[in-house]
Amino acid sequence: MTAAPVPGTMRAWLLAPAPASRMQARFGRWFRAWLGFRRNPLAMSGLIIVLALVLVAIFAPLIADPDAAIHQVLEDRLQESSWAHWFGTDELGRDIYARVVFGSRITLTIVALVSMIVVPVGLGIGLPAGYFGGWIDTVLMRITDIFLAFPRLVLALAFAAALGPGIENAVIAISLTAWPPYARLARAETLTRRQAEFIQAAELQGASHFRIIATQIVPLCLPSVIIRLTLDMAGIILTAAGLGFLGLGAQPPSPEWGAMVSSGRQVLLDQWWVATIPGIAIFVTSLGFNLLGDGLRDVGDARG
Amino acid sequence: MPSWIAGVAKGAASIVVTLLGLLAITFFMGRMLPIDPVISIVGEQADKATYDMVYHRLGLDKTLLTQFLLYMRDMLSGEFGEALFTGNKVSVDLARVFPATIELASFAIAIGIGVGVPLGILAAVYRGTALDHIARFVGLLGYSSPTFWLGLMGLIVFYAALGLVAGPGRIDVAYIDMFEPQTGLLLLDAAMQGEWEVFGNVFRHIVLPGSILGYASMAYISRMTRSFMLEQLGQEYIIAARVKGMSRWRVVRRHALRNILVQLVTVIALAYAFLLEGAVLTETVFAWPGFGRYLTSGLLAGDMNAVLACVLIIGLIFVGLNLLADLLYRLLDPRTR
Repeated sequence: MTAAPVPGTMRAWLLAPAPASRMQARFGRWFRAWLGFRRNPLAMSGLIIVLALVLVAIFAPLIADPDAAIHQVLEDRLQESSWAHWFGTDELGRDIYARVVFGSRITLTIVALVSMIVVPVGLGIGLPAGYFGGWIDTVLMRITDIFLAFPRLVLALAFAAALGPGIENAVIAISLTAWPPYARLARAETLTRRQAEFIQAAELQGASHFRIIATQIVPLCLPSVIIRLTLDMAGIILTAAGLGFLGLGAQPPSPEWGAMVSSGRQVLLDQWWVATIPGIAIFVTSLGFNLLGDGLRDVGDARG
Repeated sequence: MPSWIAGVAKGAASIVVTLLGLLAITFFMGRMLPIDPVISIVGEQADKATYDMVYHRLGLDKTLLTQFLLYMRDMLSGEFGEALFTGNKVSVDLARVFPATIELASFAIAIGIGVGVPLGILAAVYRGTALDHIARFVGLLGYSSPTFWLGLMGLIVFYAALGLVAGPGRIDVAYIDMFEPQTGLLLLDAAMQGEWEVFGNVFRHIVLPGSILGYASMAYISRMTRSFMLEQLGQEYIIAARVKGMSRWRVVRRHALRNILVQLVTVIALAYAFLLEGAVLTETVFAWPGFGRYLTSGLLAGDMNAVLACVLIIGLIFVGLNLLADLLYRLLDPRTR
């Protein structure tokens, strides 16, 4: 343990053994979790990678020339790394550095959109299943199991092929295959709390089912859902890249990393950097999310 | 009625429901296509009579329910309809390409088990040491790399730069006529006929895609082995055995390992199923003439019939392997009886 915090500081307020308000208790709990998280170097490097990715995506036009990412300069095609083109150029003379930088926006967009679809759908199916039980549970969980029966990449591939190529369709395809684990998780979390006394108390006070689920159960499910989501991000990124690689994701000329690796295949043995560099970007990003998720899970375990 | 019969009956019912669900999903995926299936067969220039004839032959004038029942009949008969891009029945095509995938996946699972299980055990026994951290990190790298990219990098390094392995494909053209394919598993065929030169060539082809595919399953198997092992090592009977003076490794081998074997079998069955999925991208990269490349070729040719049949089959294999894992669990673990 660290030394006792100096009274009157922010730290002392956060670490107070007897918090005076609910807000103080909540912030204190988060701060303690953060202290645990901070001690884990792998988790911290994951956090740094993810933060760096977000910053690169936000400030992309400041650190790379947006025009160089799409503009074809055929006389400059397939150049090696140089001062003008840090990561070289691709088969159409576009700057790979600029494309990788702008590709981070596509990756983050896909991840964000999939999360925004998957969590509500998963909760919407898992919470009623766990809360009401009976035939509602049976029906909802059977549907979930059917979707779980397909391997994710193959199902996403089929959906993307059926819907037609494009980012929006890739997002829908990935979401259609990614929600079942959240339904399972939400159901399990609900089941463990269904009989708790505070739920019974709320019922006795006349709260509606919807109100109980929304105000009592959802907040308790969220931490495990968020941890699961962080661990899933890497898988979502890899699936999206796989779809892009097969030509089912973002369409040219947009700088999607998987599609960039695919375009480098034709010149793989002579101009290795064209396929290698975007692949490194995919790898580092998914590694970052995996490290972050592992760290969050460890913190979550320690608390639960 | 003994409880296990009830369990089996319940399991069978849930499998039937799952199968119906699989069929329904692939059926509706086929129906939400933006392409008109009739035009993709007869072409844009076909006259009205031809169009109507094909429309009728495909059963598109019937109700949705009738269409679904006809679809079920086609799928359950095991022929899976016709692949437009090869002109064969999908079942015929699949019988031709499946051995290549089985060979690749089996090579990969051998690596996954051979490296993953010992690594997981070591990581659990030496928990918290540098060895544990390295094992965890190696696994994380496996989880985080896109397999298709890893394949390309492998080709650059081990094929182009070092010349240690052979390039894409299953076998060099020069060797194809040197032996008689029987099982379709080339390593096995070559070994059975004593054609060691062919065996060597096939091995040089399979070692890179097999290892890359195996890496992903190794990451999964070692992580699971570690957590099963840790759970056992924390039990009181392990402490008791240690207190009696049994050596650490003897305890691991005689007690802990035996108790996790059942769980390991389940994990390995699932890992094998995931390999079939990983094979889709790996086979595309390595021009491996198996199931995965058949699926992606169908995809590029816009042949949804073949694609959906493949998806359905992968789903069936997944359900089958899950069922197998479940049965093995019941069979091997006396506590579930």
